Amino acid sequence: MIELENVAYSYGGGELLTDLSLTVPPGSFHFLTGPSGSGKTTFLKLCYGALQATAGHVRLFDRDVRSLGRDDIALLRRRVGVVHQDCQFLDHLPVTENVALPLAVSGQDSGGTDANLKELLAWVGLTARADALPPELSGGERQRAALARAVIMSPDVILADEPTGNIDWEMSQRLLKLLVELNRMGKTVLVATHDLSLIRAAKAQVQTRVLRISNRRLQTAGADL
Amino acid sequence: MKLGLGAGAQMLRFDEKADRVVPPTGFTARLTLFSAFAMAFLAVFALALSLAAGRVAERWGDELAQSSTVRISAPAGEVARQTEAALRVLRTTPGIVDARALTDEEQRALLTPWFGADLPVEDLPLPQLIDIEETPEGYDAAGLRLRLAAEAPAAVLDDHARWRKPLTRAASRMRWLGWAAILLIGAATASMVTLAANASLAANAQVIAVLRLVGATDAYIASAFVRRFALRALGGAAGGTLIGVGALFLVPSGGDDTGFLTDLSIQGWGWLWVLLIPPVFGLVAFFATRFAAKRVLEELA
Repeated sequence: MIELENVAYSYGGGELLTDLSLTVPPGSFHFLTGPSGSGKTTFLKLCYGALQATAGHVRLFDRDVRSLGRDDIALLRRRVGVVHQDCQFLDHLPVTENVALPLAVSGQDSGGTDANLKELLAWVGLTARADALPPELSGGERQRAALARAVIMSPDVILADEPTGNIDWEMSQRLLKLLVELNRMGKTVLVATHDLSLIRAAKAQVQTRVLRISNRRLQTAGADL
Repeated sequence: MKLGLGAGAQMLRFDEKADRVVPPTGFTARLTLFSAFAMAFLAVFALALSLAAGRVAERWGDELAQSSTVRISAPAGEVARQTEAALRVLRTTPGIVDARALTDEEQRALLTPWFGADLPVEDLPLPQLIDIEETPEGYDAAGLRLRLAAEAPAAVLDDHARWRKPLTRAASRMRWLGWAAILLIGAATASMVTLAANASLAANAQVIAVLRLVGATDAYIASAFVRRFALRALGGAAGGTLIGVGALFLVPSGGDDTGFLTDLSIQGWGWLWVLLIPPVFGLVAFFATRFAAKRVLEELA
C-alpha cells in the first residue's frame, strides 16, 4: 500500500532523512515516533506525495510517486486521509463544508452524502458544532473535524501527524478510539506522534507496529513501548 | 500544470461549492471591479471615436472622390469663350460623366458663409467654376491638364486630391488610433487583472495548501479563482459600458455637417461592438487569471 525503498530526503543542503525502507501493508496500524525535528512530518509528506524523495522510491498504491504529475498525485491523495497537527481548515467555511471538502473537490454530488455527513459528524461528536467556523472550535474539536474530513472519502489509508499534540489526555483517548475503530474497519493507519502514552494506550487495544526516526534513519522501536 | 481544453471547460462550469472555497471579499475584488468599470468606460469612448472617424473618412472619400472642379481665371471678355472651350474638352474626356458651369447664384451660395448673402457677385472679378462629375473609374488628370492648357489656357483643374487625401488619411488614422486605444485598454485590463489575481492567489496560499491536501487538482483550484475574476470583470465592464453609453448621449450633436468630435454617437452595427465590450472584458480576465493561476500554482507546488 505504502512502500519506501532506500528513500532519502535533503533540504537546504542537509540530509534530513536517509536510507528509509518500509512496507506498510493494508489494514496495519503503525506509529511513527521520534524527537521533535527528527523528520516525522517530512516522512508523512513523502508518503502522500506532498514532498518528493531526493533519492530512492516511494510507492503509493503500487505507483511510484516520482513518476506522477501533480494532478495524478491529487487523484491518489483522495485515497489517503490526512490529519495535520494544525488541522488546516478553510476558516471562512463552516465545519460541515470543511468536512465535505474532499467530496467537493472530487466532483462528487451530494446525493446521499448529506446523511453520510451527519452520520460522520455524529461519529466524531460534532453534530452540535456543524455550523461553527473552524476558529470557533476547541483544539479537540478541530482534531475530530480534521479526522472526519480525512475519512469522508472512505480512504484506504489514514495518515495522522501529531493528532493529539494540542489536546488534553481525555480528548486524545477519544481520538485514538476513533482511529482504532477505523483500523478495525480495515483502514491502514499511520500516526506520527511523540506522545508515548498514546502509543501504549493503542497497543492495549489493537496490534500496532512502532517505528522510530533516530539519526535520520528509521528503526523499529524497542519493546519498552 | 495541465490547464488544457478540459480544464478550460471546467473553469467555465458554474460550481457553487468550488466558488465558495476562496474567501469572498478582499481588496483584489474591488480592484478588479473598478479597473474593469473604468476601462470599459474608456473603451466605449475609444470605440465611438473610432467609429466616428471611420464614418467621416468614408463620407469625405465618397463625397469628394468622384468630383472635381475647373476654375477659369481670365479677363472679363475671355471668360465665356474659355469656359465654352473648357466644357468642350471636358465633355469629350473619357471618365467624365458631366461637366457644368456654375451659375452666379450657385457661386454666390458658395461664398455666402464667408461674405454674407448680399455679395454682388457680378461686380467682383470672380473666376468661373465648372463642376465635373466623374465615372467611378475616374479620368486621366495629367492628360486632361495638357488638353486644357492647349484649348483653354486660363482653365485650372482641381481634382481635390491635393487636400482630400490628407483629410481622408487623417480620418482613417484616427479610426486606427481608436482601435489601437481599445487594444491598449484591453492589454491594460489584462495586466491589472493578472496583478490582482496574483495578489489574490498569493494571499490565499493557505487555502491552496488545504485544497491540495484534500486532493484538489490544479484545474479545480484555478477554476475557483478564474471564474471569480472573470465574473467580476464582466460585471465591472457591464457597468462601465452602460455609464459610457449614457455619457455619449450627453455629448451634444452638431448636426450632419460636422466632424467626428461632435458626432460621437453609436450607429447601426456599432451597437454590436458596444455590446461585445463586457463579454470581451470577461474573456480577457478569464485568460489573464488562468495565466496567473498557472504560474502561481507551479510556484506553490
